[in-house]
Amino acid sequence: MELVTPGLGLFFWMVVSFSIVLFLLGKFAWKPILNALKERENSIDEALQSAEKAREEMSHLKADNEQIIKEAKQQREKLIREAKEIKANIIEEATVQADKEAKKLIEKAKTTIQNEKEAAINGIKDQISIISVDIAEKIIKQELLKNKKQEELINGLLEEIKIN
Amino acid sequence: MNYLKKNIFKCVLTTILIFNVSLVSTANTNQKEEPAKFKPGEFIMHHIYDAHEWHICTIGETHVCIPLLIIVHSETKGWQVFCSTKFQHGEKSYKGFKLGKKGKYAGKIVEVLDDGVTINEKASLPLDFSITKDVVGVFFSLILMLWIFLSVAKGYVKNKGKSPKGIQSFAEPIILFVRDDIAKSSIGEKQYERFTPFLLTIFFFILINNLSGLIPIFPFGANITGNITITMCLALFTFVVTTINGNKHYWQDVFNSPIIPWWLKFPIPLVPVVEILGMITKPLILMIRLFANMTSGHIIALGFFSLIFVFGEMSAGIGYGVSPLAVAFSIFMTMLDLLISFIQAYVFTLLSAIYFGMATEEH
Repeated sequence: MELVTPGLGLFFWMVVSFSIVLFLLGKFAWKPILNALKERENSIDEALQSAEKAREEMSHLKADNEQIIKEAKQQREKLIREAKEIKANIIEEATVQADKEAKKLIEKAKTTIQNEKEAAINGIKDQISIISVDIAEKIIKQELLKNKKQEELINGLLEEIKIN
Repeated sequence: MNYLKKNIFKCVLTTILIFNVSLVSTANTNQKEEPAKFKPGEFIMHHIYDAHEWHICTIGETHVCIPLLIIVHSETKGWQVFCSTKFQHGEKSYKGFKLGKKGKYAGKIVEVLDDGVTINEKASLPLDFSITKDVVGVFFSLILMLWIFLSVAKGYVKNKGKSPKGIQSFAEPIILFVRDDIAKSSIGEKQYERFTPFLLTIFFFILINNLSGLIPIFPFGANITGNITITMCLALFTFVVTTINGNKHYWQDVFNSPIIPWWLKFPIPLVPVVEILGMITKPLILMIRLFANMTSGHIIALGFFSLIFVFGEMSAGIGYGVSPLAVAFSIFMTMLDLLISFIQAYVFTLLSAIYFGMATEEH
């Protein structure tokens, strides 16, 4: 029976000492321990979350970078293409211009030559006419005296020259 | 010669089995001038029961004991405080008190008549508030707990936000286990924080005392969680905490459950009575389970040791022959007890947590 009979003294001491220890541990051990554990768990959670966030941001950044690089490449290609086009245009334009200019020059030259030629011809004609007149004068001076036939001939000749 | 031989045999055993040194030496107490018969029942019970002195061993005729404080109150003599050595291991009386030896007075302090021998049958038993072996064991384990967990708490303040170090890393997984797998899962997210300190305290108290009961060397070895007073106390704490924290819904379920038909509540309050019985039965079961598990473990382990001496008394040869087997069985039992120590601490705490969960459940 003693085995299952609670003892008064032991009960008293147990209740008193256990209550005191329960209080002391609750206040000075469990409270700081549980708080610290909770705090640490929270901070670990936060750290994990921020790491996740950072990783997301990193991937964003990476995507952004790639986008930028892609755009830059496109830009470069575009620029090069444009430059090429411009170059071709310039060359073409220059060629056209040069052609035009050359044609113009040739034209001018031609007209000048024409004019010069005409002027020369005119000069020559004048000269010829002067010379002819001189000749004619001389001939006339001599022939006029001789006959009318010669006068007619000269006139006919002059006419021929004019046609040429 | 035979006596000497037996003593040598026991000495050898003692050295082999450092744990249970006290068992072997107590067996010696039974041998006085005449080769007294070894009584396994007495031997085992001596180790299970509480005592007014802490017997460590007996060398020859001298008992080596830690003297403890006797505090008694009787109607005639009032409060008396003295040292347990005054009883001379139960041989003498002091100030009119004596340690009862036989029958219903065994192990109790009784009042004696003026001759100092005869028990005063008329006087009621004096109130015994002595610091017994188990009280010392309780004090020791509580101080141990204070020391361990205050230093753990200090570690948390010092290593704030860092990984645990030293004793902290030993205690942390168990604390987390109690918090997450016992408190949080049985009581629920909202309420568990209120009960965690209490659950941690009873868990570690039971665990430490279960384990220290397995170590037979002073200051361990007192059979604390195998003492019904202690388990009753622990169960009472659980009961009080449950009752104090019972919410409206809990009490409604006890006295006037809406799902029970009225004729079971009136005129004979059958269901309320059953519910109240249930309220009392729950801690009662806690008390008996822990007590029975720990006590039976001790009894079996000690029983195997008794085998050595029982056979040894027949003949030294058989004693030697049986001892390896008995030792092997004892080791096995101790291992089993180790497991049971954890399981019982877990079960007691878990059931307490479940009761708290029931008392605070919201619908």
